[in-house]
Amino acid sequence: MTLFYALIALGSLALVFGLILGFAAVKYRVESNPIVDQVDAILPQTQCGQCGYPGCRPYAEAIANGDEINKCPPGGEATVKKLADLMGVEPKPLAGGEQAEPVKTVAYIREDECIGCTKCIQACPVDAIVGATRQMHTVIDDECTGCDLCVEPCPVDCIDMLPVEQTKQTWKWQLDAIAVKQID
Amino acid sequence: MKLSMASSPHNHNHKNLSRLMLTVIAACIPGIIAQCYFFGFGVIVQLLLALITASLSEALMLSIRKRPVWPALSDGSAWLTAVLLAISIPPLAPWWVIVIGTVFAIAMVKQLYGGLGFNLFNPAMAAYVLLLISFPVQMTSWTPVTSLLAQPLSLADQVTLIFFEYSANHQDLLSAMTSVDGTTMATPLDTLKTAVSQNFTVTEAMMGEQFTAFAGIGWMWVNLAFLVGGLFLLKAKVINWHIPVALLGTLAFCSAIGFIIAPGSHAGSLFHLLSGGTMLGAFFIATDPVSASTTNRGRLIYGACIGLLVYLIRNYGGYPDAVAFAVLIMNMAVPLIDHYTQPRTYGHGVAK
Amino acid sequence: MDSLLEQIERGTLWQFPGGVHPPQQKSLSNQQPTARLPLPDKLVLPLKQHIGANGQLLVKEGDKVLKGQPLTKPTANWSLPVHASTSGEITAIKPLPSAHPSALPELSIVIAPDGNDTWCELNPVSNLHELSHKTLIDILHNAGIAGMGGAGFPTYIKADSHQPIEFLIVNGVECEPYITADDLLMREHAKEIVQGIEVMQQLLKPQRILIGIEDNKPEAIAAMQQASTHNTKILVRPIPTKYPSGGEKQLIRVLTSKEVPSAGIPADIGVLVQNVGTLFAISEAIYKGKPLIERVVTVTGNTIGKPQNVWALIGTEIKHLLDCQGFTPVSEQRVVMGGPMMGFTLPTVRIPVVKTTNCILAPDNQELAEPGDEKACIRCSACADACPQTLLPQQLQWFAKSKDYDKLEAYNLFDCIECGACSYVCPSEIPLVQYYRVAKAEIREQKLDQIKAERAKERFEARKERLEREQQERQNKHKRSTSRAAKPDAEKAKVADALTRVKQKQGDKSAVQAAIERAKAKKAADGSLEPDNSEVALERARRKEQARQYKEQKHSEDTAVNENSNESSSKKDAVAAAIARAKAKKAAQQAEQQSEPPQHAQASDSDAPKAGDDPRKAAVAAAIARAKAKKATQQAEQQSEPPQHAQASDSGVPKADDDPRKAAVAAAIARAKAKKAAQQAEQQSEPPQHAQVSDSGVPKADDDPRKAAVAAAIARAKAKKAAQAEQQSEPPQHAQASDSGVPKTDDDPRKAAVAAAIARAKAKKAAQQAEQQSEPQTEPAPQSEDKSDSEPQTPEQKRQAAIKAAVAKAKAKKQAKEQEGNDPS
Repeated sequence: MTLFYALIALGSLALVFGLILGFAAVKYRVESNPIVDQVDAILPQTQCGQCGYPGCRPYAEAIANGDEINKCPPGGEATVKKLADLMGVEPKPLAGGEQAEPVKTVAYIREDECIGCTKCIQACPVDAIVGATRQMHTVIDDECTGCDLCVEPCPVDCIDMLPVEQTKQTWKWQLDAIAVKQID
Repeated sequence: MKLSMASSPHNHNHKNLSRLMLTVIAACIPGIIAQCYFFGFGVIVQLLLALITASLSEALMLSIRKRPVWPALSDGSAWLTAVLLAISIPPLAPWWVIVIGTVFAIAMVKQLYGGLGFNLFNPAMAAYVLLLISFPVQMTSWTPVTSLLAQPLSLADQVTLIFFEYSANHQDLLSAMTSVDGTTMATPLDTLKTAVSQNFTVTEAMMGEQFTAFAGIGWMWVNLAFLVGGLFLLKAKVINWHIPVALLGTLAFCSAIGFIIAPGSHAGSLFHLLSGGTMLGAFFIATDPVSASTTNRGRLIYGACIGLLVYLIRNYGGYPDAVAFAVLIMNMAVPLIDHYTQPRTYGHGVAK
Repeated sequence: MDSLLEQIERGTLWQFPGGVHPPQQKSLSNQQPTARLPLPDKLVLPLKQHIGANGQLLVKEGDKVLKGQPLTKPTANWSLPVHASTSGEITAIKPLPSAHPSALPELSIVIAPDGNDTWCELNPVSNLHELSHKTLIDILHNAGIAGMGGAGFPTYIKADSHQPIEFLIVNGVECEPYITADDLLMREHAKEIVQGIEVMQQLLKPQRILIGIEDNKPEAIAAMQQASTHNTKILVRPIPTKYPSGGEKQLIRVLTSKEVPSAGIPADIGVLVQNVGTLFAISEAIYKGKPLIERVVTVTGNTIGKPQNVWALIGTEIKHLLDCQGFTPVSEQRVVMGGPMMGFTLPTVRIPVVKTTNCILAPDNQELAEPGDEKACIRCSACADACPQTLLPQQLQWFAKSKDYDKLEAYNLFDCIECGACSYVCPSEIPLVQYYRVAKAEIREQKLDQIKAERAKERFEARKERLEREQQERQNKHKRSTSRAAKPDAEKAKVADALTRVKQKQGDKSAVQAAIERAKAKKAADGSLEPDNSEVALERARRKEQARQYKEQKHSEDTAVNENSNESSSKKDAVAAAIARAKAKKAAQQAEQQSEPPQHAQASDSDAPKAGDDPRKAAVAAAIARAKAKKATQQAEQQSEPPQHAQASDSGVPKADDDPRKAAVAAAIARAKAKKAAQQAEQQSEPPQHAQVSDSGVPKADDDPRKAAVAAAIARAKAKKAAQAEQQSEPPQHAQASDSGVPKTDDDPRKAAVAAAIARAKAKKAAQQAEQQSEPQTEPAPQSEDKSDSEPQTPEQKRQAAIKAAVAKAKAKKQAKEQEGNDPS
């Protein structure tokens, strides 16, 4: 009999709390960004396609649907870590085992060698290359994401990926790394 | 010419960590002297035991954690913990009490949490509480003030009592603590608590020979000595005024109210301020920077809460003194306090 | 309650929280009057010495300049000119280490003084009150005046404040220990400073002018009080000595009780702060017409024999200052530009004094001891008590260490003024400020990245949309089957589109607007022929992955030249290869007789991509290649295996000389082909076969010598690379391939060069014939493209190309001579 009372009491308690929880979930629901948007915000937006998807957004969608989070070399380990946090999974090393810290690069067209084929213009996912047929092309480095996509299509291999140079503005106070030639 | 590079500022006020710690230890000296005077040299033995144990356990833990030993040991923080613990426990407590306490304080409370700066709780107080609840008899066996002892204890007596729990003149600790009138005596706080629980009034309880007009004989002076040390720390700008003032102020205020409402069952402010570990707690324990609040407003709250807790536990709790409990409880609240007491940064909250 | 103005009138001062009292050390340098240095033997003037953009260069190397002559012209917003600090000659304009903690090179003008110190023409102003606001601002702008207290904010912008200014605050606080430059300036030039104040008064019309001076400078206070007695609006306010009361925000708080809002500027609350040095410079610019070319610098520290203040020309190297004041360096010497609290150490003394340099501090290791090792933070909050901005440095430190940038911003990291008070008091000697600086730099970079990513995303999406639309339109067009030739239109539109985009990017970078613009352009074009790229991109990505997998083999596979050969059986290939080798041998013998090694080497070494589509460039490239070839000849001495492609390259190179443009185009095509072939070859992973493929391509090349030659050259270059990468597979073939690039014979480079010229002439003739013959050749696609490219060539162009080629040849000859000179034999 006591057991019976206990069961009833616990059961009704569970029911009441369940109702309260359910009510709260509906009433106080936080409208958050869909997961795809959040993933997309973490990805570096180079649109490089190295993940196997045509751009960052498709990869974000794929991640939301359960794809691996370690397919973004331009984002490096930092991005993998953030994605792991967001998706609640264990961070894993970058696929392909490339260097952990990606070096930022911009494309540079050796303009004397450019034959004006517009192939790179078509390849650039962010329209960062200007030029016209049989005219020399050039890269707007402010807009270049360093995605590498223009390198492959170039029929004359005149596109280099150059590392972004450090300036005073991007200097990060590495006092021990100052290399100045001692003149005297 | 090779120039060396450094980050600004290129100057420092030369108040470094070990100097800070040694200053605090030095500020304990008046209190230690007072303790020696009233309770015998047992405290010195305890201090030595604690210092040795602390050094050894700190060194051991550091080497286990694969950290450089000497830099961390030389900052003096382990020694300070040892000193604080040693002067908190009864002077004639058996040697293993202080050893266990110190090892626990250093190895568990401090190093296992990540070493200096990372411990959530005050190591000395955590160890004190551990000892208090594990060995209640030993930890509450305070000898009466030497002048009230039935048989005065020689230094040899004290040392043997600490190490072998008996001595030439006494079979055990209990007999050593017997006072002139043949009864074992507890601390003034203890006596008061027992008296009140037996429906004596505070005034009646304080008629006993271990009390002066204000507080317990000896205990009053020990507290005053720690007050002197604390004032020195304030003067030397080693600690801020916020915590001691808030703590003592709240304790005085609460006890004053209690005394006004029910003078029969509540002791007055002076008694509370000068009994037990009040001054030691206010100036040396609660101000431990690692485990205390870090904002000035937070420190006021932190100190006040400790004061309140001390009063509540002393009057309504199961233990006669409460500094250790109050500090530990408030240690847990520190992150919360800090979060809600951030100061207004310059230029924020002004009309643009 | 009194109004704020009344309180200020009465002399009320306010407090700022925190602050520290480091040892002053000012008497070290403020006992002697300001000295004037002898002229240095060179001046280095960085173009950028302030916050803002560089000016535009007005001078070039070798120019003679007069003292005070502008060297740059302000262009964009916030740019200031720099002026020659003395008369002399400009010996260099190049990047040199800058007066910045990083010492990263900055474009600088180097002047060798002529010793005359001749001024250019100056235009002093006498009728100040008659000048318009704009004229005054222009004078300040053209005098190149930037804030001389530290940050170097262009003064003309401050003086042109559009917000009403209630209080002009003159900063003579100089709270940093050691520095006494402003102290001495106020003592010696109080009158001029007050003149400068009155210029600002005319410009800004403030209610009151408050001169804040720390009470440890009684002489300066007295001098300023005396100089300003005639102006009742000027109030001299001695303030208590406490670091950092000279910080702009702190000084405003002390003098007016106001607080500058976070991320705001003082003008937001009707306050403007000017340093006394800046005001002196303003007075000089207005009343004497002198631009900012010198300033007072405190040279001090225990390693300085004669610590004192000096007038230093902008651009004087620190070395000169130190030498003049007697500098005896200690071990681990630090030389600090600025004070001990906020100054930065210099990596070299070859760094110039700039407009913001107020102190050179060379302490020994006792007076400013190197900080000890960082110890554990004990959360004592001494830092928070010292912080004049009421931050929580200790919490910031934890967040900075854990790189929790969101928290750092929540705890107002960017309100930190990097005064160093927290590090100064930290018992654990944690370099707090350094942590904050690094964190700030990181956060700034992250924000930039974020913005960039955002923009990239927008552009990517705009592009995708555009491509979809285009496809749609194309389909519609097909449906309607309109035969209207939209091609020229589309082409034009594409160019216009690109141009708009360029303009867009140059103007404002709003991607949205760019997208709209582009959309408009596209609409006008009524569709374009650009293909949908997303699929291509996908495919490309896939191929890239493959490429990565085949990385190792890739190089060797690149050697494949001819598609057809891929299918041919290895047996056939072997035969073909044998024939090819035989032919090549013969060709090599001929080549030997003709002694034309440089040409071969050129083909192999110039590494196809170097030859461009531009005829001039091709010629130049050819010249370079020839120089290289010479080197190759020397190396080739001992190699006996003749190159099988020799003949081919012979015919190819003269072609390049004859008609460089055509050749370049051909080269480009060949390269394209080679690449395509290589990509196809990639799928097949048998290196030996490819090696043979490359050989079997050779006989074919004989058919169309010109084209094949270039292709072969590339193939050879690639094969060479491959041979290095993969020596174990088919050694003989590869050896051959690598040998082929380096023909032997003549070891005298000069002789070789002469011979080469002769051979070239011969080959030219041959090539012309070859060209005629090759016209009706087999491979149609590239041929037609070739033709189409060569068709529009006018005689004029040809002549130009010829001239270029001649020049290039001359250059090559010169190089050859040099080479000979360098050659030990």
